[in-house]
Amino acid sequence: MAPVVLWSDALIWLLVAAALAFAWGSRRNPLLRAAWQRVGRSRTGMASATVLLFYVCVGLLDSLHFRPRLESGETQIAASSERKPAVYAVQVLSLLDAVLSPLRTRSEKTYSEPLATRAHAKEAIELRDASGRVRQIRDYPRLQYGGAHLGADETRRDADIGERLLRALAIALLVWWALAAATATALARIEACSHVEAWRRIWCNETGFACNAVLAVIAALLLVGIALGQLAVDYHVFGTDKVGQDVLYQVLKSVRTALVIGLVTTLVMLPLAVFLGVVAGYFRGWVDDLIQYLYTTLSSIPGVLLIAAAVLMMQVVIDTHPQWFATAAERADLRLLALCFILGVTSWTGLCRLLRGETLKLRELEYIQAAQAFAVSDLRILARHILPNLMHIVIIALVMDFSSLVLAEAVLSYVGIGVDPTMISFGTMINNARLELAREPAVWWSLAAAFVFMFTLVLAANLLADAVRDAFDPRLAGAA
Amino acid sequence: MLAYLVRRLLYALPILIGVNLVTFALFFVVNSPDDMARMQLGVKRVTPEAIARWKAERGYDKPLFINEAANGTAVFTDTIFFSKSARMFAGDFGRAEDGRDIAREIVSRMGPSLAIALPTFLLGLLVTISLALLLTFFRASYLDFWGVVLCVAMMSISGLFYIIGGQYLVSKVWRLVPISGYGGGLDAWKFLILPVVIGVVSGIGSSTRWYRTIFLEEIARDYVRTARAKGLSELTVLFRHVLRNALIPILTGVVVVIPLLFMGSLLTESFFGVPGLGSYTIDAINAQDFAVVRAMVFIGSVLYIVGLILTDISYTFVDPRIRFH
Amino acid sequence: MNRAPHAQEKETLLEVRDLSIAFASGRSLLMAVDRVGLHVATGETLALLGESGCGKSATALALLRLLPAAGRIVGGQVSFAGRDLLALPETEMRGVRGGGMAMIFQEPATSLNPVLTIGHQVAEVLVRHLGLAGSEARARAFELLTAVGIADAARRLDEYPFQLSGGMKQRVMIAVALAANPRLLIADEPTTALDVTMQAQILELLRRLQVERAMGMLLITHDLGVVAQLATRVGVMYAGEIVEEAPRDSFFSSPRHPYTQKLFAALPDLARRGGRLETIPGQVPPLSGMPAGCRFAARCAHAWQHCREEAPDWRLVGPAHRVRCHLVDGLAAQIGGAASPVASAPAGSSPPAPSVLSVTDLCVHFPIRRGVLQRTVGHVRAVDGVSLELARGQTLALVGESGCGKTTVGKAVLQLLPVAGGSVRLLGEELGACSRAALRQLRRRMQMIFQDPFASLNPRLAVGEIIGEGMRALGTTVDRRHEAAAIAAVLQQVGLDPAAAERYPHEFSGGQRQRIAIARALAVQPDLVICDEPTSALDVSVQAQILNLLASLQVELGLAYLFITHNFAVVDHLADLVAVMYLGRIVEQGTVDEVLRSPQHPYTWALLSAVPSLRLEEQPEFVRLPGEIPSPANPPAGCHFHPRCRQAMVTCGARYPQKTALSGTHSVSCHLYP
Repeated sequence: MAPVVLWSDALIWLLVAAALAFAWGSRRNPLLRAAWQRVGRSRTGMASATVLLFYVCVGLLDSLHFRPRLESGETQIAASSERKPAVYAVQVLSLLDAVLSPLRTRSEKTYSEPLATRAHAKEAIELRDASGRVRQIRDYPRLQYGGAHLGADETRRDADIGERLLRALAIALLVWWALAAATATALARIEACSHVEAWRRIWCNETGFACNAVLAVIAALLLVGIALGQLAVDYHVFGTDKVGQDVLYQVLKSVRTALVIGLVTTLVMLPLAVFLGVVAGYFRGWVDDLIQYLYTTLSSIPGVLLIAAAVLMMQVVIDTHPQWFATAAERADLRLLALCFILGVTSWTGLCRLLRGETLKLRELEYIQAAQAFAVSDLRILARHILPNLMHIVIIALVMDFSSLVLAEAVLSYVGIGVDPTMISFGTMINNARLELAREPAVWWSLAAAFVFMFTLVLAANLLADAVRDAFDPRLAGAA
Repeated sequence: MLAYLVRRLLYALPILIGVNLVTFALFFVVNSPDDMARMQLGVKRVTPEAIARWKAERGYDKPLFINEAANGTAVFTDTIFFSKSARMFAGDFGRAEDGRDIAREIVSRMGPSLAIALPTFLLGLLVTISLALLLTFFRASYLDFWGVVLCVAMMSISGLFYIIGGQYLVSKVWRLVPISGYGGGLDAWKFLILPVVIGVVSGIGSSTRWYRTIFLEEIARDYVRTARAKGLSELTVLFRHVLRNALIPILTGVVVVIPLLFMGSLLTESFFGVPGLGSYTIDAINAQDFAVVRAMVFIGSVLYIVGLILTDISYTFVDPRIRFH
Repeated sequence: MNRAPHAQEKETLLEVRDLSIAFASGRSLLMAVDRVGLHVATGETLALLGESGCGKSATALALLRLLPAAGRIVGGQVSFAGRDLLALPETEMRGVRGGGMAMIFQEPATSLNPVLTIGHQVAEVLVRHLGLAGSEARARAFELLTAVGIADAARRLDEYPFQLSGGMKQRVMIAVALAANPRLLIADEPTTALDVTMQAQILELLRRLQVERAMGMLLITHDLGVVAQLATRVGVMYAGEIVEEAPRDSFFSSPRHPYTQKLFAALPDLARRGGRLETIPGQVPPLSGMPAGCRFAARCAHAWQHCREEAPDWRLVGPAHRVRCHLVDGLAAQIGGAASPVASAPAGSSPPAPSVLSVTDLCVHFPIRRGVLQRTVGHVRAVDGVSLELARGQTLALVGESGCGKTTVGKAVLQLLPVAGGSVRLLGEELGACSRAALRQLRRRMQMIFQDPFASLNPRLAVGEIIGEGMRALGTTVDRRHEAAAIAAVLQQVGLDPAAAERYPHEFSGGQRQRIAIARALAVQPDLVICDEPTSALDVSVQAQILNLLASLQVELGLAYLFITHNFAVVDHLADLVAVMYLGRIVEQGTVDEVLRSPQHPYTWALLSAVPSLRLEEQPEFVRLPGEIPSPANPPAGCHFHPRCRQAMVTCGARYPQKTALSGTHSVSCHLYP
C-alpha cells in the first residue's frame, strides 16, 4: 500500500506536534504549569479531557491515509462505495477504515433498525415453497450481514446479544481493574505510601490529579467501547441508513471531520488574530486605526452570509478546475480545508478585538515601561513581555471556540455550504436523515447516533473549556 | 454626546464601503463571470455563445471598473462595479435568476421573518435574564450548580436537533400544531408558536450562562457591598443595583442583533417552511443565485451597522458616563 | 474584661467578645481573626491599627455580617446596643446595617454605584430606614450633602458619581453612612485613597460629625498619623490578634508591645534624618502557618523560649492600657534607646558634586481631542516648564498631590514620553538631541523604580531573566557566564539570595519584589535612579527596609535619586533637595531644611500642615485648603493656586508669578515675594 498525505492530515499532525511542543514548553514555566495543574485537579475537566482524548484517537487513526494495493479487480470493485467516482481507479483509505473494514464493506440494501436481523420495510420476496413453485410474499427481508451468523435461528438473537454484552462487561472489568491497579501502584511509588493508602487517596480525591474522575470515565468508555466492538462484529449496532451503510461507521468517520473543523480553523485564525491584535494594541496610531477598520468591516458582514458567499465562490473554483484533484478524497479534503480557512478568516475578529484591548492595558504596565527604559526593542517587548501575558486569553479562546465550530459545521452542512456532500460528517448525517423522522414508522437511529456522539463531543469540549478557563483566568484563579 | 453619535454615524460610512468592496471582490474578482456562467449552465450546455448570452442577460458582459468604450460618466457607470455594487447603496439589487426584482421580494418577505424572529428575541431575553437572575440569587447553591450544568448541556446540543426533535414530538407524535407552513391573519399563531418556542429553548443554555457570568461579575463589585451595608435586601440589591449596571455589557451583545431580526433565521424558516428572508437566502444558496446572496450580504451588513449605532445610542440611556460627555 | 475607667461614664455601644473569623480555602478553613475582643462607647473613637493582612478589615465587615462568600464567623459574640448581632435573623440584621451601624469604605471611586444619581443613593437609606419618600427624602438628602461640606448640593443631587472628584465621593459616602443617624460609624481606611490635603479635610469632617452626633466610631487604619488625629483609644492588631490596647495619649507616649514600638521606630522621622530606620525582620506569618506561641515571636528582638511556646495573655500596664506580651516589665525603658539617632553626616553638607541631571523648562503636553473629527482642540499641560538640578550622590524629592505631573516629569526625563519643549541633560548630554543609538548608550546611565511592585515585574519571567534583560539590551555584559555572576552580585547587593534568580516574581512578597526592581535598575550601573513612589504600596515596616536599602546604595555607589513622592515624612528622611509641584509647575524649590522648616509658598504651608503629625502636643495650626486640584487641562488663569489661596491678591489672578530666589538654593514662585 502507498501512503497518502492529505493536506488536512499534515495539518492535523502538525497540530499534534505543536500541542506536544507547547506542553513541553509549559512544563518549564511555573505559572503555566500551575494553571495546567489546576486543570488536572478539576474532576469535570479531566473527565471530559478523557472523553476528548478518545475522540482525538479516533480522529488521528482516521488521519493516516493510504491507497491499498490492487490485487485483483473484483475485490476492489466490491469494496468501492459511492465515495469513489469511476474515473479514479484508486481509493484512499485511512487506518480507521482498515480497522473498521467489516463495518465499511458490509452494506445492506437499505434501512435496517439497530441490531436488527431483518430490514426496516417490507419487500416482495420470492420464496420457493415445498412444491418447488416460486411464490411472492411481502415480508421484511432478511439482512445480508446483520445477524447473519445466527442462520435461520433468528429467535436466538436476544440471547446472543445478552451473551455478548456479558462478555463485554467481563472484559471491560478486567481491563479496568488492571488499569486502576497500575495507577494505584504508580501513585504508591510516587508518594511513597502503601498500596491501600494510595487506593484510598485516589477515591477520596486527595491526589494532585483527578484520578478518580479519569478512572470512572475510562470504565464507562471501556464498557461502551467493548460492548460496541462485541456487537458490531455481527450486527449493525446503530442500524443502517438509506443506502444500507452502517451508521456506527458513519458516526466514527464524522469524528475526524469535526476535529479538523474545530482544530484547523483555529490554526488559521490564531496567527492572524494574535499578530494583528497585539500590533494594533501595542503600536496604536494609524496601525491601530487600520486594523480596527479591517475587523469592524469583516465582522459587520453576518457570519453565515460571508461564509455562504465565500463557499459558493470556492465551489465555482473547484468545479471549474477538476484537473487539480487526483482523487475524490483529495477534492473533498481540499474543500474541507477551504471551509476551515473561510471559518478562520471570518472568526478571527472576536479574538483580535479581545487581544487588542488586553494589549492596550498591558502596554501601560510598569514592567513594559521598565523594558522601554532599557531600550529593549519593540519586537522583543512584544515577544517576551506582551505575548506570554496574553497566553491565557489565547488558550481560553481556543478551547471555547472548538465546540462552537463543531456545532457550526452541522448547521453549515445543513444549509449546503459545509463540507463536501460526499464527506461523512455530523452535518451531512443530520442533513441526510432529517426527513426520515417523517417516515412511517420513523427512522430515528441515524439522528439518534449522530446526536449522542456529537453531544458527547461538544459537551466534553464545553466542560473542558470551563475547567481551562477557571484555571487560566487570573481573576477566577485568584478566587479559587 | 451628539458629537459622539455623529462620529459613530460617520464611521459607519467607510465600513459600508469596505463591505461593498469585499463582496465585490468575492463575487467578481475571485471568479470571472465566465466561470459563473459555466457553473450555472451546467456541463452539457456550455458553448461560447451560451456563456455570452448568459452574461448579457444579467449585465455581466461589461468591464469590471472602467469602460473604455463608453463616453462621459458612462466610463465609470457602465461597468459591473457600478451597476452591481455601487447601485446597492440606492437600494437597487437587480433581479434574481427567476427574473423577480430582489428588492421587492425582500420587502415582502420581511414580515414573516419578523413575525417569528421578534417574539423569539423578546421572549428569549425575558426568559434567559429571569433564569440568570434566579441562578445569581441562589448563587453557590445546588440549584445554581445544577442550573449551570443544565445550561452547558443545553448549549452542547446543535440547533438542528432542537428543531428536528421539537417538530417530531410536538407536531408528529402529539399532533398539537401543524408541522410547518405559514398563514396570515388570526391563524398565524398555530404556525408561529412552535418555531418561537424552539427558538427560545435552543438559546436558553448559552444566554443564561452568559448573563449569569455578567451578574456575578457585577455582584463582586464594591458598590454592591455599599448597597448591602445600607441595609437593603438582597432582592433590592439585585434588581436596583446589579441589574442596572449589568445592562451595559448585556446591551452590547443584545442591541446589535435587533436590526438583524429582519433577516430572520436560516434554520427555523427553512425547517418550518416560512416564506421569510432566511429561507429566501437558503434557497438562493442552494440554487447558486449569486445576485440574491450578494444582496443579502449587503443588507445584512447594513443592518449590523445600524445595530452598532443603535448600541451606541442605547448606551447613552443606561450609562450616564456617556450621556454627559 | 477590663473596662477603661473613663469609658464607663458613657454607654457602651458595641461589645465584641472572642470574635473569630476564618476563610475557606479549598477544604480547609484558615483563621484570619482569632478571638478578638473590643468595645466602643458613644462619642468615642476606637482605632484598629495594623498592617495589611492582619485581619482588621475582616473584623469590621464581620460586625455588619458582610464578609465575602469565603469568609465565615466561627465563634464569638457581637453585641450592639444590647442586641446579639450574630444571633439576629437576616431581616433584622438589615435594619442594623445602615440604621444602627454604618460603614465607610476605603475606595470612594468604586464604592458608589456608577449608574445611579447621588441623590438616589443617599435617599435609598432614608427610604429604607426612616421611611421618608419623595420630596421629603430629597430635602433630607440635600441637608445631608450640605452637612458633609458639599457645595452646591442641590445640583449634586442629580449628578452621577463620575462627575465628582475623589474627595467629594468620599463625602457622599459619609453622607450615605450618616443618613439614618447611626449610633456607630465604621470607617475602613477612609482616607487612604486620598491626597494629603483631601485627607485632612475628611478627617476634620469626621471629627466634627462625631462630636455633633455623639456617635461611636470604629476607625480601621494603617496610618499612625490618622490615629493621632482621630482616635480616643487604639487597638493594635497583628496577625489576627489584638496585641495592645491603650488610650491615645498613653499609646503615643509609651507604646509597650515590641511590635508597636517597632512600628513607631520604622516611621521615617526628622529625629533620625539620614540615619537608618528601625526595621522589623521577616514577614507576618501566613494564615496557614500561625505559630503556637506569641505570633510576633519570630520577628521580635526580645523573644525568648517562653514566647515561642505559650501565647501571652493580657496584662494591664497602665490605666486602661493593656498588652499581650510576656516581657512587658523589662521593655518600657528600651523605647528611648531603640530610636537612637545615627550620627552620619547628612549628604547635603558635602562639597558640591558634579551635576548628573539638569532639566530646564521641561514641558510635556497631551493633546485633548474633541468633536466629530477628534481634532486636537487643546493640550493638557501635564508638565509646564519644570527646571531641576541634581548632582551626584544627591537626592532631589519631587513632591505634590496626585495629578500634579510629578510622575510625568520622571517619565519625560527617561524619554519614555514625547517631550514638548525644554531640555533634559544627563551628564552634560542633551537627551532630546540624541540619535537613537546615542540615547541607547545613555539609557544605562538612568533607570527607574516604579510604584507598584506587583505591576513592575513581568510575572512570566524568572527573576534572573528580569534582571538580565537590561544588561543584555544595553550590552553591559558579554557572555552568559559573566551575566549570571553579575546577576548574583546585584541580587546580593539588594539583600536577596542569589538563588532567587531561578524563581519567579509571584513567589516573593511586596518588599522583596521592590528589591528585585531595584536590582534590575542597578544591574546596568546607572548614575541616576528615578524612584516613583517606591514605598507607597508597602507597609511601614517594609518601607523602612527599602528606604534603608536606597540610602546605603546611594552612599556605596554615589547614585543620584530623583525621588517622586507625596509623603513628607519620607522626604524629610532622605532628601537633600525638595521641589514642590502644583499643576505641572514647580512652586517652591530648595534644600530640605529651607522648604520643610521655613516654607514660603502658601501651597507648601498648606501641604505641610495637612500632614498628620505623630506628636500630639505639637499639632501645627491646620491651614485648611479649600477645594481640590483643578484639572490640568484647564488651569486657572494667573497663578494656578490663587483660587485656593488665602493670601490671594488681585495680581494673582492676572499673571503667573515669576520665580523669586530667596537664597542661593531656595526659590519660590509667588506674588507674595516680589
